[in-house]
Amino acid sequence: MGVALTKSAQWTAAGYGPTALEVTPLNEAILKEIIEFIENFLYNHPQEAEYVFAEPLEWKTNLEPSAFGSGYIVSETAVESKEVDNNGQPLLSLSVPHVQIRSFGQLSQFLFIAKDSKLKEAQLCVEANRNPVEKILGLDYNTIKEESSALRILEKLTKGDDPENEIKRKVAHLLYQLDLHLLNNSLKHISLEIRLNPVTVKNDIELLKRFSGKGEQTVLEFIEYTSDYEFSNGCRAPPWRQIHGEICYVLVKPHDADTLCLTCSSEGVFLNGGKTDDEGEINYERKSEVYKDLVTLLKDKSAKFSENMSRQELKFNEEHHKEVNQLSKTAKEEEAIPSNRSTSGSHRSTLEKNQINLVKSHMAKRLAPSLNWKATVDSKDRKSSFKEPQEEKHGRHEKTGTSFSHGRAQLIRKSVEKIEDIISDSSSESEEDEESPDHRQEANADLPSEYWQIQKLVKYLKGGNQTATVIALCSMKDFNLAQETCQLAIRDVGGLEVLINLLDTDEVKCKIGSLKILKEISHNSQIRRSIVDLGGLPIMVNILDSPHKSLKCLAAETIANVAKFRRARRVVRQYGGITKLVALLDCGQNSSEPAQLSLYETRDVEVARCGALALWSCSKSHTNKEAIRKAGGIPLLARLLKTSHENMLIPVVGTLQECASEENYRAAIKAERIIENLVKNLNSENEQLQEHCAMAIYQCAEDEETRDLVRLHGGLKPLASLLNNTDNKERLAAVTGAIWKCSISKENVTKFREYKAIETLVGLLTDQPEEVLINVVGALGECCQEYENRVIVRKCGGIQPLVNLLVGINQALLVNVTKAVGACAVEPESMAGAGLWRGGVPGHIGEVVRLGKSGWPS
Amino acid sequence: MNRKKLQKLTETLTKNCKHFNKSEVKCLIDLFYTLVGGITERQGTVVGLDRNAFRNILHTTFGMTDDMIMDRVFRGFDKDNDGCVTVSEWVYGLSLFLRGTLEEKMKYCFEVFDLNGDGFISKEEMFHMLKNSLLKQPSEEDPDEGIKDLVEITLKKMDRDHDGKLSFADYEQAVREETLLLEAFGPCLPDPKSQMEFETQVFKDPHEFNDM
Repeated sequence: MGVALTKSAQWTAAGYGPTALEVTPLNEAILKEIIEFIENFLYNHPQEAEYVFAEPLEWKTNLEPSAFGSGYIVSETAVESKEVDNNGQPLLSLSVPHVQIRSFGQLSQFLFIAKDSKLKEAQLCVEANRNPVEKILGLDYNTIKEESSALRILEKLTKGDDPENEIKRKVAHLLYQLDLHLLNNSLKHISLEIRLNPVTVKNDIELLKRFSGKGEQTVLEFIEYTSDYEFSNGCRAPPWRQIHGEICYVLVKPHDADTLCLTCSSEGVFLNGGKTDDEGEINYERKSEVYKDLVTLLKDKSAKFSENMSRQELKFNEEHHKEVNQLSKTAKEEEAIPSNRSTSGSHRSTLEKNQINLVKSHMAKRLAPSLNWKATVDSKDRKSSFKEPQEEKHGRHEKTGTSFSHGRAQLIRKSVEKIEDIISDSSSESEEDEESPDHRQEANADLPSEYWQIQKLVKYLKGGNQTATVIALCSMKDFNLAQETCQLAIRDVGGLEVLINLLDTDEVKCKIGSLKILKEISHNSQIRRSIVDLGGLPIMVNILDSPHKSLKCLAAETIANVAKFRRARRVVRQYGGITKLVALLDCGQNSSEPAQLSLYETRDVEVARCGALALWSCSKSHTNKEAIRKAGGIPLLARLLKTSHENMLIPVVGTLQECASEENYRAAIKAERIIENLVKNLNSENEQLQEHCAMAIYQCAEDEETRDLVRLHGGLKPLASLLNNTDNKERLAAVTGAIWKCSISKENVTKFREYKAIETLVGLLTDQPEEVLINVVGALGECCQEYENRVIVRKCGGIQPLVNLLVGINQALLVNVTKAVGACAVEPESMAGAGLWRGGVPGHIGEVVRLGKSGWPS
Repeated sequence: MNRKKLQKLTETLTKNCKHFNKSEVKCLIDLFYTLVGGITERQGTVVGLDRNAFRNILHTTFGMTDDMIMDRVFRGFDKDNDGCVTVSEWVYGLSLFLRGTLEEKMKYCFEVFDLNGDGFISKEEMFHMLKNSLLKQPSEEDPDEGIKDLVEITLKKMDRDHDGKLSFADYEQAVREETLLLEAFGPCLPDPKSQMEFETQVFKDPHEFNDM
């Protein structure tokens, strides 16, 4: 009884406060069984009926005291039974509305008195006493916790020999029998309620599909899903409908009726409101009664269907019933096994019965998921709660091997696995999320509409001639190619292969269209890698030789995007791309006045720009820098630097700045008089250009001659004035870097003092990112080599922030700070001003000074 | 034809044709008479390339294959619609063919694609021109489905006023945004490679070819 009540009975959602039994047929059946058991207890087991419970069963009754008759002492608000226990306590006592009963005899009589309301009373009793067995037999006999406890009870019961224990044992025995009985009955209910699940529905539909089509012999004209997408749990209904147990929607056209739009849900199949005209949404509302499965519904709706069905019957039945009824069959068989046992095994030892009971209770547990399945979404809990008993059960099987024939055991296991499949399927979604992002598209439930459109376009790209291909390419270009969904969609439907193949054709237009798309989507790093993997780079490098200028431009721009990682840069070099890109820079005679540029010349400039862009990307590798120099790139870059197109200057200066890390380049840059132009472009309006110029100067100014050149070309003033704009941190870092390196020359420091740059630098000692701070402090360190500047730093209050920076952990910063503080420390006044000579700090400073003297370790 | 007459013809044509210089015009006139086959112009008779001869040139020299489009190109050359391309029509036509500005080419292409000459490229005309553009997939129920879809895609891309057909304004706007759509419904201009070959051969002094 205990097991049945906890496992089978359907309690309302457990929570705090009183729980109640749900009003379901199953619960009602259980209660009726209990009532029958108790009512007959008095007659069947008169001796045990007198057994006094360890604790009274207590609940709030609806019965009035007046209902009690002979055998009871009745007052207005209380009733006591005349029957008493050994201590003289009445076995039934009622004080409205509480009733306490302590024997089966009294329980039996109570139910008799309750007459029509006995079902209600039984329910109240069960609800109030969630663990009746424990109350009846006492705490020791609590059977609910663990199955093995039943064995312990037996052990205990057999130990004691006194007659009371004998009766107790019998009561316990009887209760187990009741429990078993209840479980059997509830199983019957459960087996009736076996639901449709995605697998059976799918099988049904697949089978019907096979017998559908044109002609008289088929059962249906067509049957199809409304959605092509199948979720990993086998459902096709959108998730918010799955919550309602809906599995999928099908459109069915019988021979003799209009197209039906059906909902297949776990509770059965019914007609829904059909597809609405706009957007093809489905009206989910139920429009017919619920049929137990698809075939039943169709038989009802279409005479032709049932007629043709019966013709197909032979073949159909075999497969169909096997599949549809598999679940219910196994369930029925399971049910048959223990009931046979219990009837035939009355003579067997209690021990064995108990074992059967245990197996039984496992089954009750295990079958529960099919009940839950219809409503629950959260599968995790379900999975964990059922996996355990199921495994345990397999273990049991082996131990009690004799109880089951092998075949049956397997059958059961099969159905268990089936249920398990469904469960694990529905829970696999969360696991897929953890997979690599590469596969996210496939696992993702809502593939965007773009995905399908792109897939279609790729199909036309594959199977179209030049005209169709160009149309498809132009249409694809209209998608938002900057969006990752589109980029990955193109890759996932095999579009990259096609686009790269197009580059290998003779059709200029197809190549242009393809490159226009590749150029956009190669901003995505995954796409870049795929392009390299598919061998796109060598083809693009070849296109750089094309006589077609727009084609060259596009290829160079795409290479610029793709060559963002090392392997790609290496491929470009290996296929001779660097030489070809450098050749692009050679854009003929550059006329000094842009107004006079003809159409052809602007196109040449554009080619050179794209070439520079690609070289900029490639110049991130050391070997490529050398390759660019060897291909004669520096003079060409120097020439392009003289132009006034910002679009051109940024990649050119960017390339130079990357390359200037090489000693060879710095020499060449000096030789090509590049500094002059870098300085000129510091005055540009474009922040990015300013940044790259400053960065290039920073790299080049390691050399004294270059530092002088910067000064001679008037570069210090723009650098100093750029310090005042602190919003763009990248540019600020580049500018402060250039100032630092330039201030290594004394003449330059003098100039900076003239331009009041030192004051500004001191102002930058706080609230700046570390990259800026390193340079600022480095510059101050250089400046403070001179007395005059030390005074300025002190007067501007620069000492304190400098000393504050000593607590940092950035090594480069610390080296510069110590050097700067060391330089300042030459003036005792500076340190005194900062109050640092007090309290043992001098030792610290001495350290700093020593460190500072050692200087920048470069 | 005597030299004086030829000189006069060359001069008139050069004056009226902005994309060729005098020597180029002369080369083209020479080529024309070679192609016609030495028949000199006599009073009252028109010397020219008939439809078949012209189509043959388009096919062999400019690599065009689509009969319908070639027919339309012939009509584009044959301004007076008399069934043959005269020497002046030849030079003017080639001027556009080889050196035409985008505007000229757009006007020409639109006329080629506007099969019935009503000023619009209708869905039917598109379908007609695109019907051979896709590989037939036998698996599909409706083999024309892809073509129909392609027409819809093109219309979506180019029909700016959403009236279900392309006016010249629609077409012009779309082409200006994406030059690839100039020959949206089939190649009706020489491809750059054959153009370059043609010019090298005829002019002996190749001008840098026209980038699209």
